[in-house]
Amino acid sequence: MSHAAAIAIPQRQPMPGMGVYNLKLGMWVFLLSEVMFFTGLIGAYIILRFAHPGDYARPGEVLNVPLTALNTFILICSSVTMVKAFAAAELGDQRGLRLWLLATVALGAFFLSIQAIEYYKLASEGFVPMASLYNVHGPDGALLGQPLYGMTFYTLTGFHGMHVTIGVLCMSFTTYKAFRGAYTQAGHGGVEIMGLYWHFVDLVWIILFTIVYLI
Amino acid sequence: MSTMAIPQAAAAVHLHDDRPFIRRYIFSTDHKIIGIQFLFMSLLFLLVGGLLAMMMRWQLAWPADAQHPLPGGSLLPETMVAQGIMLPEFYNSLMTMHGTILVFFAIMPLLVGVFANYLIPLQCGAPDMAFPRLNMLSFWTAVPAGVLMVAGFFVQGGHAAAGWTAYAPLSAVPEYSGVSTGQVLWTVSLIILGFSSLMGAVNYISTVINMRAPGMTWFRLPLPVWALFITSVLILLAMPVLAGALILLLFDQVLGTSFYLPQANGEPLLWQHLFWFFGHPEVYILILPAFGFVSEILANGARKPIFGYHAMVLAIVAIAFLGWIVWGHHMFQSGMNPMLGNTFMFSTMVIAVPTAIKVFNWLGTLWRGSIQFQVPMLNAIAFVAMFVIGGLSGVFLASTPVDIFYHDTYFVVAHIHYVLFGGSLFGIFAAITYWFPKMFGRMMSERLGKIHFFLTFLFFNLAFFPMHNLGNAGMMRRIYDYRQYAHLADLQPLNEFISLSAFALGVTQLLFAFNFLWSLFRGKKAEQNPWRANSLEWSAPSPPPHGNFAVTPIVYRGPYEYSSPESAEDYLPQDQPPAEQPVPAPDLVPASS
Repeated sequence: MSHAAAIAIPQRQPMPGMGVYNLKLGMWVFLLSEVMFFTGLIGAYIILRFAHPGDYARPGEVLNVPLTALNTFILICSSVTMVKAFAAAELGDQRGLRLWLLATVALGAFFLSIQAIEYYKLASEGFVPMASLYNVHGPDGALLGQPLYGMTFYTLTGFHGMHVTIGVLCMSFTTYKAFRGAYTQAGHGGVEIMGLYWHFVDLVWIILFTIVYLI
Repeated sequence: MSTMAIPQAAAAVHLHDDRPFIRRYIFSTDHKIIGIQFLFMSLLFLLVGGLLAMMMRWQLAWPADAQHPLPGGSLLPETMVAQGIMLPEFYNSLMTMHGTILVFFAIMPLLVGVFANYLIPLQCGAPDMAFPRLNMLSFWTAVPAGVLMVAGFFVQGGHAAAGWTAYAPLSAVPEYSGVSTGQVLWTVSLIILGFSSLMGAVNYISTVINMRAPGMTWFRLPLPVWALFITSVLILLAMPVLAGALILLLFDQVLGTSFYLPQANGEPLLWQHLFWFFGHPEVYILILPAFGFVSEILANGARKPIFGYHAMVLAIVAIAFLGWIVWGHHMFQSGMNPMLGNTFMFSTMVIAVPTAIKVFNWLGTLWRGSIQFQVPMLNAIAFVAMFVIGGLSGVFLASTPVDIFYHDTYFVVAHIHYVLFGGSLFGIFAAITYWFPKMFGRMMSERLGKIHFFLTFLFFNLAFFPMHNLGNAGMMRRIYDYRQYAHLADLQPLNEFISLSAFALGVTQLLFAFNFLWSLFRGKKAEQNPWRANSLEWSAPSPPPHGNFAVTPIVYRGPYEYSSPESAEDYLPQDQPPAEQPVPAPDLVPASS
């Protein structure tokens, strides 16, 4: 087999692959596993809550729904700014890319701050992650501080908060690279996979908000 | 060999590798080195897990018998072995760690860590994995997990003792099992290992989808790649569920939550559901790759195309899918609505259909083949035979009414060892002996390999088949001293026989270790294609250089064209151009578009 023949043949052979670059494919595959992770946690929440409805307060009794609704809105806005950042990268608009990425980082950090305030207020009202095992009921027998409610609430929202934190850190790095001019109109895979992760985290929050706060 | 179109000059350029030792062998991003790293790590754990089994078998042969002190027991601290007699707490740790280490640190990395890394790029015709650095990270995450797991033996209170399934609340509260730090280490180690497996799975899936050589359509992939691909999907989707469950368990252990503790309205059954929702797919993670290796080796050894290639692929997919919906059969005895029990019983039994398709196709492959009984082939045939026995006892356990008697007896132990040792491990022996020449450039000793095979086959059956009888007699598994029960006391001679066979089985494995290490340095130099096989890895030098192929191979056909009339020889490599000038055929349209 001569070398010329070896080069000529591939064009007639079917080229395998998804037509998606590796990084994006890898992110999609990784997000599938994240879906399963949150499915497990949400499933545990639903089973515990259905088995022991008495341990859970009605929506709005303990949790501050308007505040978290505002927070949900902020997170959805951050998805919009992420889309704008990606669109700017597609158009080769460096300034737009940097500004929209900065806005996304800021909105993500804003979400986390409000979540921290929410945690602080809840804990100071006596709604703690877990009570001592053998001290199930509070001194006045109130609903607040029931271990099952507290620990499922903080576990679910906490793991989401952790994902947002990781997202904000990675996005800050992406923004730093954008300011260094790392992304061009032809090559901005980093922005795209960052966006995929970010939208996934937002989507999970919408499901969590519905299940934990509204139902 | 002359028919193989490999530009040797170009290959020689690649062979010259000037990376420093550490980048080449320790922190390497080369998928082949990472596969070999996994091989050494998991063989070490295989040895450790086997040693733990030997200690357990000593206790079961002569339970708490001062006449038969545990050999070397005086070397162990008083908290484990007192006056040569093993303490019950230590027996519980042994039993837990034997299962955990062999499932998570030996069989799983041997099947997936070693061969997914080594074979997928080579058999797909890719230069490396899709994410080489992630691949390196995956191995170096598995190592600390293994260290943490073994470290549990040396902490106060001993190692985890709640069984490899760690049923809550036994595993969640130290008061029940008497173990605190060891149980926490167990949990943390498996969470870390989960991360490692996840990184691996993302890599394997991306590589198979995106990195195949031109012409390598989905239905031209060798069956090991198919099996490893589907296994990776199982790992990808099952491991995060286990990680979630383990994190909740860890919170129960160290933070004082009560996810699994009934005292504070937690649900012990929640652990079982989450664990087995991971755990049943895990069963197929531990056997599907072996299906793939054995298919490859049987076709090669019989010098015939694999019987029913498409059916084999679809059977793997069907088994993987059904594996997700049957986890409840592990919980027949845990309290379940009978209607739900029936659903799980029927769905479990349906798995027999695709499994039977595979077994009959293997038999069809052997049928009228010109079989060459080399060591890999012998192990592959033993795999089929032993897996069938394991599958048949599985049907007993799948039916609820029978399982109510058999559950938690040695019948279950016999079943799992027939599928995991007789199945997975024979598959692994077949695969290691088959790909050893490619990995290290040397042949393993045929004579030693055959002695090892026959002794292993003999002692394996002598050790594990009588366990069915123990189960019939009602001996429960995970028991420290069955002679406490009058109706089990008569089982001591049979237990002694099993133990002696198990010791012989253990000693036989030293033959394999010797053969492996000796051949590594002194074995006969391997040719490029010693088994006269078709798949792409045999068109690269042995061992392949960094980057694998001098020129990207082009694939013209499936991997099982043995004894084809098209070729003068009895094999036809995938990358050998057809005799005439290739014309674009209508069936070559990309499958993915």
